[in-house]
Amino acid sequence: MQYLERRASMELSPIARLVTNLLRIALAALIPLIAFYILYQGFLFLRAGNASKGVITLIAIVWGVGGVAILYWVFNWLVELLPLYWTTRLQPFVFVGPAMAILAWYLFLPSLRTLWISLYGKDGPPGIPLSLLFSSPNEFIALLRAQFVGLGNYIAVFTDRLMREAFRNNIFFWIGVATPLTVIFGLLVAVLADRSKFENFAKAMVFMPMAISFVGAGVIWNFIYEVKPVGSPQIGLLNAIVVGLGGQPQAWPAYTAISPWNNLFLVIIVVWLQTGYAMVLFSAALKGIPEEIIEAARVDGANEMEVFFRIMVPSIRGTIITVTTTVIIFTLKIFDVVWVMTGGQFGTDVIATQFYRQSFIARNSGYGSAIAIVLLIAVIPVMVYNLRRFGEQEAF
Amino acid sequence: MKSSRAQRIRGLLLVNGVLLLLVLIWLIPVVGLLVSSFRDRFDIQTTPWWAILPHRKWEVVEKIDPRAQGLDASGPMTINGITATFEELRAGVTTPEGQRLQWIGNRRIGTIEVQDKVWTVSWKFTLDNYKQVLQGKSFVYTREDGTVVTIPGDNFYGALLNSIAVALPSTLIPILIAAFAAYGFAWMNFPGRRLMFILVVALLVVPLQIALVPILRDYAKLNLNGTFLAIWLAHTGFGLPLATYLLFNYISTLPRETLESAFIDGASHFTVFTRLILPLSVPALASFAIFQFLWVWNDYLVALIFLGGDRNFQVVTMRLAAIVGDRGQDWHLLTAGAFVTMVLPLIVFFSLQRYFVRGLLAGSIKG
Repeated sequence: MQYLERRASMELSPIARLVTNLLRIALAALIPLIAFYILYQGFLFLRAGNASKGVITLIAIVWGVGGVAILYWVFNWLVELLPLYWTTRLQPFVFVGPAMAILAWYLFLPSLRTLWISLYGKDGPPGIPLSLLFSSPNEFIALLRAQFVGLGNYIAVFTDRLMREAFRNNIFFWIGVATPLTVIFGLLVAVLADRSKFENFAKAMVFMPMAISFVGAGVIWNFIYEVKPVGSPQIGLLNAIVVGLGGQPQAWPAYTAISPWNNLFLVIIVVWLQTGYAMVLFSAALKGIPEEIIEAARVDGANEMEVFFRIMVPSIRGTIITVTTTVIIFTLKIFDVVWVMTGGQFGTDVIATQFYRQSFIARNSGYGSAIAIVLLIAVIPVMVYNLRRFGEQEAF
Repeated sequence: MKSSRAQRIRGLLLVNGVLLLLVLIWLIPVVGLLVSSFRDRFDIQTTPWWAILPHRKWEVVEKIDPRAQGLDASGPMTINGITATFEELRAGVTTPEGQRLQWIGNRRIGTIEVQDKVWTVSWKFTLDNYKQVLQGKSFVYTREDGTVVTIPGDNFYGALLNSIAVALPSTLIPILIAAFAAYGFAWMNFPGRRLMFILVVALLVVPLQIALVPILRDYAKLNLNGTFLAIWLAHTGFGLPLATYLLFNYISTLPRETLESAFIDGASHFTVFTRLILPLSVPALASFAIFQFLWVWNDYLVALIFLGGDRNFQVVTMRLAAIVGDRGQDWHLLTAGAFVTMVLPLIVFFSLQRYFVRGLLAGSIKG
C-alpha cells in the first residue's frame, strides 16, 4: 500500500495536488465544524426546553460522544466510497484532521492571537472589519496604530512592582523551594517504601492528595492554619502547636510581618499535593535498577548512603530530570492555591494570579496577554527539549 | 553475625518509623477535615478536632457561693483549705488533691467552681453539615438558646450534578478524537504527518493561560459563554495534545503483524481501528480517561472563566471557593463541602489507581 501511495504521488499534477490538499483541509475542518454545529443546536434545544441537568448530561454524553463518533463513521464511509486513489489520500485526514483543527483553534492560533493582542492597549486590537483593509488601507492602519503600544506592555510587565513580586515568588519560592522539596520528599518516600513492610499502603496515602483539587487542598490547609484570638482554644493544628510551645497564634499565610516567607505556607500545600506524583515516578524507576548492581555494591562494603548516592541517584537521573521539569512547569502556572488561600494578597502574588487579575478583573487584555506570553516563553526551553527528544525517536 | 542482625533490625525500624511518620504527616490534614465535617457546628468552633480523642478536661463538680461562705473578695480567701486572692482564683488555683478552684464571673456576684480533671471525648457527631451544604433549600436549625435560625443551602448537590455534566463529556470527547488521531499518526502515511505530530508535541507544555483571552472572545461572538458546551470544548482542546501523545505512544507499539494480517484479509482502516485497536488500547484509554477526569473535576480556572458567575451552572470547585470567599470561618460548611468535592475523585482514584499510575509513567508533561 505504501508503494502504491508513493507511486501515485509522483504522478500527481500540480492541479490535482492542489485539489487533494484543499479536500484534505476541508475534511479536517468540516468534521469538527459539523460536530460543533450539531452539539450547539442540541445544546440550545435542551437549554430552551429547561431540561434537568441529569437529562442534559446524559444526552450530552450520548449526543456529544455518539454524535462525534457517527460523524467519523459517516465521513470515513464517504471517503471509502471514492476510488482507492482518493481514499488513500484523504482517509488519513478523516482520522487526524479533526484533532489538528481543534488544536489549531484552541492552542496554536490563540498563541499567535495572544501575542498580537499583547502589542495593543487595554482593549487589545480594535475590532475593525477586514474589508476596510482593501477599501482604505491607510485608514485601517491608522486605526490599528491608535491602539498599538508595541512592547509597552512587556516593559510594564518587567517593571511593575506587583509583577516583580510575582516573579520573585514564582522563581524563588515556587521553582526554588517547592520543586526541590517535592523531588526530595518524593525520592525519600519512594526509597523508604521500597524497603518497608507496608509499601502499598504508604504509597497510596502519599499519592492520595493527587486526587484532591487545589481548592479542596486550600480548604484543608486553611483549616490547619486557622487562627483564633489569643486565649480561646486554637482549632487549627499549627496554631495549637505554636501556642502549646508558648508562641503567639498567627494567620500564617496572611502574616505580612514575615513576608515574603509567608509564601512558604502556600508552598507546603503544593509539596503535599505533588510529592505523590514524584514518588510514583521514582518508585517505578528504582524498581527498574537491577538488583544485582545494588547487591554487588553492598557486598563490596558500600553502606546504604553510598548505595543511594552512588548507585540509585545516578541510575534514575533521567527520571529526576523529568520530575523536576514537570514540577517546574506546574509551579510556573500555579494559580488555584494562591487564589483561594490569599487571593494574591500579603505578598503572595504569582504570575498566573496577576494574569487572571489583569485579564479578567481589570479587563486589561493587552497587559494580561503580555503576561501569558511571558509564561509561554518560560516553557519554551522544555518545549525544545521535548522536541529534540522526539526528533531522536526512530518511529518518525 | 549477631551485630549485623541487630544493625538490620535497627535499619528496619528506622525505615519503617520514618515512613510511618511521613504517612501520618500526609494523612493528618485529610483526617482532620473528615472528622470535622461530621462534628457539631459549635464544637468545631470551640474545640479542636482532635478533641474526639480521649483527653483530660476540667469539669465542674461543685459550685460555691462565696457570699454564703462569708468570703471577702477584696483580700485573701480560704476555701477548702486553700488560701488565694481574687486574681489568683480568677486564673484558677490547683489544690494538692488535683482539683482546681476557679472564680467565675466578676468580683461581686461571681461563684467559685470546684473542678475535677476528668478523661473525656468530644463525640457529638452529626450529618447536619452535609445536609446543609448539599441542599438547595434553606436550612433551619434551633440554637441552644431556643432561637430559630434560617440559613440558605449551598446546593452542592446541584454543583455535583454540574461537575458530572462537565467532567464526563470533557473526558470522553477528547479521548475519541485523540484515538482517531493517534491511529492516523501511528498507522497511516500522509504528507505533513511529521510536522503535525511535532505540533502536538510542542503544544504539550503550552500553558492554557495563553488561550483564555482569545477563546473567550470567540465564545462571546458565538454566545457560548457560561454554557456547558463551552467548557466541554475548552477541556477537549486543552486535553487533546496529551491525549494524542499518550495514545500514540501506546498504539504505535502494538504488534505490527496483527494489523498487517487484518489488512491482508481486506479490512479497512476504520474496521481495524474500531475492532482491533480500540479494544487493545483499553489500558491506555483508561489511563488517559482517569487523568483527564481528575483534571477536569478538580479544575478551577477554566470553569471560573468559561462558566462564569451563574450559580446554577457552578461546578463543585467554584462553589467551594465561593464559600471560602464569603464565609471562610464557617468550618462546618467548608469541611463538609470540601469532602463532598473530594469523594468522587477519591473513589475513582483508589479503584483505578493502577491505570492512573500507568498514565503518569507514560511520560506526561501537561500544559
